[in-house]
Amino acid sequence: MTEYNFAYLDEQTKRMIRRAILKGLAIPGYQVPFASREMPMPYGWGTGGVQVSAAVLTPSDTFKVIDQGADDTTNAVSIRTFFQRTAGVATTTATSDATVIQTRHRIPEEPLHEGQILVYQVPIPEPLRFLEPRESETRKMHSLEEYGLMHVKLYEDIIRHGHIATSYAYPVKVEGRYVMDPSPIPKFDNPKLRDMAAIQLFGAGREQRIYALPPYTQVVSLDFEDHPFEASKADHPCGMCGATDSYLDELIIDDIGGRMFVCSDTDYCEVRQAAGHKGKDAA
Amino acid sequence: MYVAVKGGERAIENAHAWLAEERRGNTDIAELSIAQIREQLSLAVNRVMAEGSLYDPDLAALAIKQARGDLIEAIFLIRAYRTTLPRFGASEPIDTGIMACDRRISATFKDLPGGQVLGPTFDYTHRLLDFKLAADGEVPKAPSRDAETGTVPHVTEFLNREGLIEEAPYDDAPPPDLTREPLEMPSTRALRLQALTRADEGFTLGLAYSTQRGYGRNHAFVGELRIGSVPVEIDIPELGFPVEIGEVILTECETVNQFTGSKTEPPQFTRGYGLVFGQTERKAISMALVDRALRWEELGEDNVGAPAQDAEFVLYHADNIQATGFLEHIKLPHYVDFQSELELVRKLRREAGAQQLQEAAE
Repeated sequence: MTEYNFAYLDEQTKRMIRRAILKGLAIPGYQVPFASREMPMPYGWGTGGVQVSAAVLTPSDTFKVIDQGADDTTNAVSIRTFFQRTAGVATTTATSDATVIQTRHRIPEEPLHEGQILVYQVPIPEPLRFLEPRESETRKMHSLEEYGLMHVKLYEDIIRHGHIATSYAYPVKVEGRYVMDPSPIPKFDNPKLRDMAAIQLFGAGREQRIYALPPYTQVVSLDFEDHPFEASKADHPCGMCGATDSYLDELIIDDIGGRMFVCSDTDYCEVRQAAGHKGKDAA
Repeated sequence: MYVAVKGGERAIENAHAWLAEERRGNTDIAELSIAQIREQLSLAVNRVMAEGSLYDPDLAALAIKQARGDLIEAIFLIRAYRTTLPRFGASEPIDTGIMACDRRISATFKDLPGGQVLGPTFDYTHRLLDFKLAADGEVPKAPSRDAETGTVPHVTEFLNREGLIEEAPYDDAPPPDLTREPLEMPSTRALRLQALTRADEGFTLGLAYSTQRGYGRNHAFVGELRIGSVPVEIDIPELGFPVEIGEVILTECETVNQFTGSKTEPPQFTRGYGLVFGQTERKAISMALVDRALRWEELGEDNVGAPAQDAEFVLYHADNIQATGFLEHIKLPHYVDFQSELELVRKLRREAGAQQLQEAAE
């Protein structure tokens, strides 16, 4: 595809996005407005992540795309193919080999290392959105550090359900300042946000926002002293690789209620299986 | 036996191949040409140009063909193409007063300079299926006469001369560009108008209709509706004067709306404004009504909480490419989020069950 610039976007647009990324890195957790472009895939399908990836990719990068932890889900395939065609970069499914990883809804199980960039696709970047629909109001609340409403919501959850009833997109506080939406990752992944060696970039295309966590940033999941945050997952080992420390997808395998649980991170599961680990459902 | 799902790439390729075949349809039937779409489905082409924000009938026709007639999909194709185009400059403001009008009507004056010109309108057709068209689409030549020359003055100018309508605020500042700057609130009227002219026709129509039914009523008269071509000029710095680079067909609607006046200001009519690419009068009229409703604050009206008065609500939801993308993204896998919800609901139900058992025991 020679009719398009490297990684699709023109250099002026990339520069605009890089400025937003740098501003985001300088103010961790702050949502930087940026002039999101129409991309050749629909809004809501990763256009924010794609624009951030396009702005940070260089020809020598190795690119990995996951959706729900898997490299082979259709939208991950589609985005990976897009950058193969428009940037010609090397791609991989191995977490450790990738220099840029674009993700939707998961953080890889294998700890990331320095020099890697994790790019999140974000649908609704505003953690206060479902408490206050108006952007003009929520921006004001962030600037005044007015987060009481969020705490009231979490408190009401505890009164009603006995627990904080948020299981994904669980809000975090960054460096004691901004409350941030970690994108719809399961709260199981929240502890990985903190002190991560890799750069974490968040792109919301439709909502025109970019935010970022520089390496080794303090990220705390919101909670109460008597109701501490708890990362949770299905209480099973992986049926294929036997892992007990990974986030699991639940599969329905027959019509009489039979199910099995497997790692949502396909690379993690395959590496473990190749190393000889075997779950109870493995052939 | 579970096997990790593989083959997404092949599934996508095969789906695309099937899609292409479906788009073509039965190959015993002649294929549509771009020129046929451009000439015979011109109102669809106009809508795609207007909401795609790109004036190019041939590309719009191509997009309609590629999108199998799904106009929102066609608009999406045009938007994605448009965003990659380099920008050489901005045109001079166009002058709709020198429009070569195909159609020009006023609902407020029976006759006026420039006259009432019905033009090619559906308005007084009887909506009876024309079965003759199914057999033979050829039509006799329509009667014609020489075009009027000279400018066609705007109806609102006549009202303005008497001070009966508010002065249109004059502003020479370059308008903001929401395709190059993030949308931020509060918005200026120029930005709102830019958002409305590319807004979804159905959404704009629904909002405009809601104002007529009392949700932010502003009682609009169509002061004037005109459709025709206007020259586009661009300033060439090396030459030092603007040069005409082409013509575009536009629909412009100016509404004359109620205003009760206040203690300091005598009663005056107010304005709503719509301007859209192509022959798109339903959209232009809708745009003018919504524009007027959004002006409640500057005109000192009450906010009655109507959707059409709420700029954040209107502007953040009017773009059909944003809306359709986000709406349809829920087709994408959400196994991970759903799994975490499953765990939570199971846990809450377990605890609720245990509590009920205990209460029963007590």
